[in-house]
Amino acid sequence: MTDRAKSLFQKVWDAHAVRDLPSGQTQLLIGTHLIHEVTSPQAFAMLRELGLPVRFPKRTFATVDHIIPTDDQSRPLKDDLAEAMMSELEHNCRDHDIQFFGPESGAQGIVHVIGPELGLTQPGMTIACGDSHTSTHGAFGAIAFGIGTSQVRDLLATQCMAIAPLKVRRIEVTGELQPGVFAKDVILAIIRKLGVNGGVGYAYEYAGPVIEAMSMEERMTVCNMSIEGGARCGYVNPDEKTVEYLRGRRYTPDDDAFEQKAAGWLTMASDPDAAYDDVVELDGNSIEPSITWGIHPGHNIGVSESIPTPNQATDEERAGVEEALEYMDFVAGASIAGTPIDVAFIGSCTNGRLSDLREAARVAKSGHVKDGVRALVVPGSADVQRQAEAEGLHEIFRAAGFQWREPGCSMCLAMNPDKLRGREVCASSSNRNFKGRQGSPTGRTLLMSPAMVAAAAIAGEVVDVRKIG
Amino acid sequence: MSSEETGLVHIESVEGTANVVRGDDIDTDRIIPARFMKDITFDDMGRHAFEDARKAAKGKHPLDDERFSDASILVVGRNFGCGSSREHAPQALMRFGFQAFVGGSFAEIFAGNCTSLGLPCVTLGERELANLMDAIELDPTQLVRIDVTAGTVTSRAGTMQAGIPDGVRSQLLEGSWDATRVLLEAGDAIEKTAAALPYIG
Repeated sequence: MTDRAKSLFQKVWDAHAVRDLPSGQTQLLIGTHLIHEVTSPQAFAMLRELGLPVRFPKRTFATVDHIIPTDDQSRPLKDDLAEAMMSELEHNCRDHDIQFFGPESGAQGIVHVIGPELGLTQPGMTIACGDSHTSTHGAFGAIAFGIGTSQVRDLLATQCMAIAPLKVRRIEVTGELQPGVFAKDVILAIIRKLGVNGGVGYAYEYAGPVIEAMSMEERMTVCNMSIEGGARCGYVNPDEKTVEYLRGRRYTPDDDAFEQKAAGWLTMASDPDAAYDDVVELDGNSIEPSITWGIHPGHNIGVSESIPTPNQATDEERAGVEEALEYMDFVAGASIAGTPIDVAFIGSCTNGRLSDLREAARVAKSGHVKDGVRALVVPGSADVQRQAEAEGLHEIFRAAGFQWREPGCSMCLAMNPDKLRGREVCASSSNRNFKGRQGSPTGRTLLMSPAMVAAAAIAGEVVDVRKIG
Repeated sequence: MSSEETGLVHIESVEGTANVVRGDDIDTDRIIPARFMKDITFDDMGRHAFEDARKAAKGKHPLDDERFSDASILVVGRNFGCGSSREHAPQALMRFGFQAFVGGSFAEIFAGNCTSLGLPCVTLGERELANLMDAIELDPTQLVRIDVTAGTVTSRAGTMQAGIPDGVRSQLLEGSWDATRVLLEAGDAIEKTAAALPYIG
């Protein structure tokens, strides 16, 4: 290798490239393979058919998150299919000697929340999981891919995937965030600016003073929704915050060994004169609390803005805007503020961490969930739940009329019983507002930050969280 | 067609009648709603393709249109398959009966999943795609042929150049789209790469 300056992406790619494949793709070693109950059963079945063992069981880690109920987690689960999925994962992990972080382990949770918590996610790694929000782990300076079930099979069999090299777009968020504006608003603004397929063929490197000022949990929120921008993955360069987050975790070493590792992690950051395929800038000062109004995450606006009219859309976008307005039954040109909600959901791999719950609790203290609104708070993991309860956040939420639940993916995609009913409108801290996403084929989703969800729950409608005491 | 000795399946072309699902940014939640992903096998997934959209259309959805019931090629708009990495989406469409897709563009993970299943995804320019959609709706019986080798789409109107990434084309033609075997061939180069990493070795 020459001495040329490299981005973090290039450094990590080069270290994990096993060989070039005839197709022009690279055989890339995946250092950490995370699995869960939805996308692994068929992969293990295929592995059995091929008569192959799991090649690196010690680099494979499992949890259950999508189908687990958030109220009663006792076994057998009431939903027969959910119980079957959970049993299948348990026996696959037992058969192959794979570490399973189930409810009894005390470390269960949404896979993209527990990875970093356990210190499994580290700078310089390649990480993959059968879930598109695997990009979350990029917050640590890892290259992390969401994959399909056939690729889960490939990983189990070989610890490798075939993937074509990506271009790298550096996104510099300048200035600083205004009060009441959070990491969720930053990534929504990026997706609005670059489009939901703007990132196709790219890895996104998030940089600039706004990103540098973010905590690790905030960086995870940003990286989490890289997929919604069409990017294959997204990351933030590791720094001292990354090191401090990982200190003392279960899967990071202690003392001198930790300091040595940490020094190595920092060298993974992009070189100052690395070349990028594209660089864009976004002014952090101009970002408002944001809300989606339509049927994909790119359909988002600031809380002071009005819902777009088809006339305002480009030719390309107009049909999509009309379809969205019809589905959501919103009035073009109306303010987004004041939109009534029926359900409020705080949780998900995007915004289900301790800092998210703290921000939401700060708002929840100011009032009570409006009559007729159903509000759920779902901590992202057993660990988040414990820490939140130690701080009394659950009491704040309950006193304000929010339900406090057990950890899981819950209403983000509603594979468990937490679902919308009929045409309900949900203020949600999750990552997708597609038609039917939250469990009702006709349900409607408004994505926003946890603080904005809490504010909407109390007001019974979308409000500007900055205006609340 | 597969090679007797190696068992590799070479995908050189797909030919059949076609169906059309219009609209951009059709996401994986629409293609297969999450509640149908609770099966531990893919066997039954075909029934549920576009289930919510079809219910809402009360029999008028293209996938419920009798005239297109034998279609093995699906023609779609831009950014098709955006959203989740769930392979359940192409699995549902494949088990519904589709073996290939022609579109304006495809979301990256969806396209990768299709390749893993040996399902070609090829792109056409805006005008040609619009013409193809109109033509198929007017004459559902016409044969459409996707030629992976030549990188073309042929219909009654003639042959058009289509977009398909070189690497994907190679994988389909060579049979390496079924990736496990190819990846295994690296042998202990895998272990050597792993051993050189500070967090494994």
